[in-house]
Amino acid sequence: MQDLAIRIEKPADAGEVLAIVEAAGADSRTLEIVGGGTKRGIGSARPADAILSLEKMNAVIDYAPEELVLTAQPGVTLAELERLVAAKGQMLPFEPPHLTRLLAVKGKPTLGGALAANLSGPRRIRAGAARDHFLGFSAVTGRGEAMKAGGKVVKNVTGYDLSKLLAGSWGTLAVLTEVTIKVLPAARTETTLLLFGLDDRRACQAMGLAMNAPMELSGAAHLPMAAAARKPLKGQMPVTALRLEGFEASVASRAESLAAALRDFGRAERLDAGHSRDFWAQIREVEAFQADPRPLWRISVPPASGWRVAEALEGDVLYDWAGGLVWALSEADVRPAVRAVGGHATLYKGTGAAFEPLTGALAALSARVKAAFDPAGLFNPGRLGDA
Amino acid sequence: MRMPAPDPALIVRKDEIVRALRRIVPGEGVVSEPEGLVPFQSDGLSAYRQTPLAVVLPQTVAQVSAVLAWCQANGVKVVPRGAGTSLSGGALPLEDGVVLGMSKFSRILEVDLENRCAVVQPGVTNLAISTAVRDQGFYYAPDPSSQIACTIGGNVAENSGGVHCLKYGLTTNNVLGCEIVLMSGEVVRLGGKGFDAAGYDLLGVVTGSEGLLGVVTEVTVRLLPTPQTARAMLVGFASVEAAGECVGDIIAAGVIPAGLEMMDNPAIVAAEAFVHAGYPVGAAALLIVELDGPEAECAELSAHVVALAEARGATSVQVSTSEAERLAFWAGRKAAFPAVGRISPDYYCMDGTIPRRQLPHVLTRITELGAHYGLGVANVFHAGDGNLHPLILYDADKPGELERAEDFGSDILRLCVEVGGVLTGEHGVGVEKRDLMGEMFNETDLACQQRVKCAFDPDLLLNPGKVFPRLHRCAELGRVHVHHGRVAFPDLPRF
Repeated sequence: MQDLAIRIEKPADAGEVLAIVEAAGADSRTLEIVGGGTKRGIGSARPADAILSLEKMNAVIDYAPEELVLTAQPGVTLAELERLVAAKGQMLPFEPPHLTRLLAVKGKPTLGGALAANLSGPRRIRAGAARDHFLGFSAVTGRGEAMKAGGKVVKNVTGYDLSKLLAGSWGTLAVLTEVTIKVLPAARTETTLLLFGLDDRRACQAMGLAMNAPMELSGAAHLPMAAAARKPLKGQMPVTALRLEGFEASVASRAESLAAALRDFGRAERLDAGHSRDFWAQIREVEAFQADPRPLWRISVPPASGWRVAEALEGDVLYDWAGGLVWALSEADVRPAVRAVGGHATLYKGTGAAFEPLTGALAALSARVKAAFDPAGLFNPGRLGDA
Repeated sequence: MRMPAPDPALIVRKDEIVRALRRIVPGEGVVSEPEGLVPFQSDGLSAYRQTPLAVVLPQTVAQVSAVLAWCQANGVKVVPRGAGTSLSGGALPLEDGVVLGMSKFSRILEVDLENRCAVVQPGVTNLAISTAVRDQGFYYAPDPSSQIACTIGGNVAENSGGVHCLKYGLTTNNVLGCEIVLMSGEVVRLGGKGFDAAGYDLLGVVTGSEGLLGVVTEVTVRLLPTPQTARAMLVGFASVEAAGECVGDIIAAGVIPAGLEMMDNPAIVAAEAFVHAGYPVGAAALLIVELDGPEAECAELSAHVVALAEARGATSVQVSTSEAERLAFWAGRKAAFPAVGRISPDYYCMDGTIPRRQLPHVLTRITELGAHYGLGVANVFHAGDGNLHPLILYDADKPGELERAEDFGSDILRLCVEVGGVLTGEHGVGVEKRDLMGEMFNETDLACQQRVKCAFDPDLLLNPGKVFPRLHRCAELGRVHVHHGRVAFPDLPRF
């Protein structure tokens, strides 16, 4: 194992991060930036000269539930954060997936990692992605500068929205040292309507119909036969699931209306709040596709194109985000089919280019943005591919 | 407010520049006569005026690209413009620059209800999108008060908000993709119809970049199904503190209303005199709370909110019983700015955001500052998300009043930053708050932002003089290591 020989830096605060980056810059040594290290396997990273782990920077700095704002160091674990906000009747609206079992990794996913990878769960369709809740940050750039951007209030347009840029940058632009996110009140209750036996096309139609009705759907997923038959569901039929969250009377009323609207797709069964929570945790964690040796693709497409892309693939799929997110186990390259509908694919497990290669003016612009923050390429070399 | 000194060498080239633009955009698409330029001299921040060299109104993406490429090759500055409703001077022209007006890009290209989105040209007005899909049961959520006039391209540039963004987000949370043209003339597509795109989230950076990074030529917006019902409430309070605490109670109860607005007494009185919406003119503060969703939800939550309001000693509670009444409740709030315009010859609108718990302190300080400057102030407030709009009342015809109003405004924004807030919640920095950026960001922070600018526009030709208090050449930014955020030469003239 290469890692044994690599130095691991574990700074305790932003000042130490700055010193490590300055020293690395002075010697042209590259750094791999990790939180809990659980997503290290994603992306074509070349070995770096040292690892900069943010695991010791795990403090919650300020949490004001009434302001819907939370500021923390990036190394705080998602598990701890979820407990903390739940104790105040709140939630992380973007429902970040942990994916440790899916990726068969040890370690604890962190807030910084979830933001850096812009990881968002089933509630994405209603509440938005991690990037939509990332209000501001402090960081150290590859130039060895401590900087900040954004703010600590929920509504702010002062200066460029660099939080969006850092979200999904996979640690290639700057090392986060403090982040501020928006939180929301947790739903009082939830329920899930289940439809059985639909093929992919019909299932996507049902999800689309539900999304197009004023139901404030907070989850829309479909497990075709192969996915439904696997653990943990071990079902006999394809399952289509639609989640409703909110206050009791509202959820009850919407569940009734939705079931009526979906009559043509069969009789909907209801999951109570507890079973609904368990079900969506399984969807969020893509549990049906754990422990499978085949390459695993995360495919993002216009929702109505989900089933068409799947049709063109060999292998097994499951759908989240009303068809807009397709998880696929496929030996073959899925990208031609995905590109054809204007989507992109990320290879979460397997060998090959992990991220969709960019081309033309967009690739050149992205390279200039990278150089603006990290001109010497100190951070996560090769992670996003060698554009 | 100082703008970059015009370059006389460019001004004498006016005829040549106009000829070149006419070759790209023939016919009436180039305006150069003095009287034709007058309507373009300012935007919604009308205290500032400048006459541009020329205005070009292209009709195709190819023309936008050719105009920008020519201007880059010839060192000519460009100010993009939508409807010109910016409240921060984002579209203020430059005397040695060209205004690129996008008003002819006014078509809705596609409504895709399967993917719940619409693809539109940037000159389409915000309201026109919702109008176009209303019959199919959809709408576009962000609703700035200027929505009848402001364009979606301008909304993307400014990351516009509105009274419903507490629940539904700002423009950035409701745009899926856009096409932009860089100053080089290169056309780049960002995002699309899916929930995310490959590579860095440049869509997120362009949204709210105030026309400094690229010219938006197409926008894909997310559409939402229209809620089954919406219900508004007017709740009066005898003190601003009680109203503020009620807002906190509502959020603490887990209710995120579609809209949650506050007005202070001067704003209530002005609005009521203007639109006769039935506002409680004796109240010190008024909350407008809107709930939307299924009927059962509106009923449950409005009862909840009424109980919370009464527990905080509300002096009056009215719940709308019809759509007409709901709209009447909003009419006063949506007309608050013109209403204030009737009681004062001029007003100056500020836009800071504060942590909500600081509201009583901030309003008290604003009142004290008003006394200090001898100027009145009316406050409207997106209370749910802490976005404050103090309207400073002044008379531009009285010598010194505009300057006093500006100083008063600057003090308010400094106060917002001091209590943990920000300079602007939705109106943008523009020229208006440009010189206050140092209150929130140090030189290093600003250098990082300007390097993003350089990645998009290395010659700094697109909308210069906005957002950044100092213009650094890109080569200089690449080289200089700003040490601990200190300004190297704080006394140097800024432009």
